[in-house]
Amino acid sequence: MSPLFEVDHLQKAFGGLNVTRDVSLSLGKGDRVALIGPNGAGKTTFVNLVTGHLRPDSGQVLMGGEDISRFNPMRRVRAGLVRSFQVTRLFAEMTPEEHVALAILQRQGKSGRMAGSFQAMPDVMRETYETLETLNLTALGRVPVSEIAYGQQRLLEIALALALRPKVLLLDEPAAGVPHSDTFLIENALAQLPADLAVLMIEHDMDLVFRFAKRVIVLAAGEIIFDGLPGDATNDARVREAYLGGYANGSAA
Amino acid sequence: MSAEASVTAMPAQNRGWQRDLIGIAVILVAAIAGYFLFPNNLALLTRMIAIMLLVLSLDLVTGYCGVATLGHAALFGSGAYAAGIAAAHFGITEPITMIAIGAVGGALAGLISGIVILRGHGLAQLVLSIAIIHLFHEAANKASEYTGGSDGLSGISPDPVLGVFEFDLWGRTAYVFGIVLLLLVFILLRILVRSPFGMLCRGIRQDPVRVSAMGASVKLTLIKMYVISGLVAGVGGAFNAVSTQVVGLDSLSFTNSAEALVMLVLGGVGSLYGALIGTIAFVWIEDLVSAANPFHWLTIVGALLIAVVLFAPKGLYGTAATLLERYRRGGK
Repeated sequence: MSPLFEVDHLQKAFGGLNVTRDVSLSLGKGDRVALIGPNGAGKTTFVNLVTGHLRPDSGQVLMGGEDISRFNPMRRVRAGLVRSFQVTRLFAEMTPEEHVALAILQRQGKSGRMAGSFQAMPDVMRETYETLETLNLTALGRVPVSEIAYGQQRLLEIALALALRPKVLLLDEPAAGVPHSDTFLIENALAQLPADLAVLMIEHDMDLVFRFAKRVIVLAAGEIIFDGLPGDATNDARVREAYLGGYANGSAA
Repeated sequence: MSAEASVTAMPAQNRGWQRDLIGIAVILVAAIAGYFLFPNNLALLTRMIAIMLLVLSLDLVTGYCGVATLGHAALFGSGAYAAGIAAAHFGITEPITMIAIGAVGGALAGLISGIVILRGHGLAQLVLSIAIIHLFHEAANKASEYTGGSDGLSGISPDPVLGVFEFDLWGRTAYVFGIVLLLLVFILLRILVRSPFGMLCRGIRQDPVRVSAMGASVKLTLIKMYVISGLVAGVGGAFNAVSTQVVGLDSLSFTNSAEALVMLVLGGVGSLYGALIGTIAFVWIEDLVSAANPFHWLTIVGALLIAVVLFAPKGLYGTAATLLERYRRGGK
């Protein structure tokens, strides 16, 4: 059986600069994978290639064996590949309730309805509040997003992704910009993600990475240099080299 | 929890509809007051209604979807010419049919300008919209056989409304007919803007990237809204043709487009009430000032506009709503 999500020999160059070099990886149901790497390793490019915001020079992206490389970002979302954003992208004037309801309506194909209101649809309201409850946002359901704290906006970002019922979830630095004291909120939210959802998280906060991920992939200079257990990553010579440069060898010598 | 949520949901919804009922009542009262207070000025009020429909239509794409356009009169003028040509050349003089033909004409123009304008973003969008209005204007000018060119299209003589109410010299029938049309459109638009589709449009205005990350098509949604906007502007244009019995090239002009945008900004972008209030304020002030000082009235209108944009950037309605909200919160 083909894996749920697969990236096959992905290549991308900007001019003479190879930012993604022959990247292959796959995710199965329920996987919790972290993608890490030093600055400039090509993580953002990789996300954009996978979500369809950039076109690869060669290689494929597959969902359940189906090639989605030619899909635009919108169709990839519909195929079950959903992302969250590194910098929160929300509708400032709308409430969390409206955000989640809109995502649910979109998933159900009802977002084009020109009459009625989601508040009069009991099933949508029920699911909206179930989703908000999972992320402890129920109390803020009717507060415009511009008036709620950034940490909670990050949670809403995750709530939106969940409301789309993805098969594969790409979390682009879910804890970015959140004060360290509030990271536990994000962590609790991540712990409650559906068990069969495959999650690929790009993150800088190593504490979070090591607590969350069952598997770690390290990207350096556009190449995968490590794919394995988190514990092994810290001892891997190439990973240490990539993060610490010459210092790794210097201290070892 | 979920049961609780659905219970708390009901009051908010009812409150929204209550506010709408109040709004509709206010429009009705204002319409009746206008009828009895200005019996000799009904023509001006009737023109106001046609322009209100144009400004409402503009609000749909600019206020709700965030599309910048200076070419919206293309939709209005197309509606006017569609209805006018149907009456003058094809003998379709039944007023409600004329309005329907105008709506279709406006929708078609909306589809065309939507497809063109939405190819650009920001400044490019604005330039494309200006190009559109000039092209429409020139097309109407050249097709003088049908449109009358720069002389205007005359020979429009609509039948009595519903076969009963004849269009009279004082413009009473036209006024009442216009008010009924306006109320109908207004109610339908209230339903539209609070629907899931309306919410999606508001989302697109605030962050189109987020909307496409939800798997929704930004382009298709905007084009749909453009067609709806065309329907509304087309009704406005057709109503103008029915009530004045002429269609001039100025209905397809850049000036008309720009003035509509000014009225919308004056009243408050992104609110249907703002569109109505902005039109009333602008047309009324224009009429007042041009009568008082025929030489410098444009200067006065300009100065007033600067004052509003500087001191009430949310427009008359938006500012009033904010003040009221602040007062309410302070009162508690």
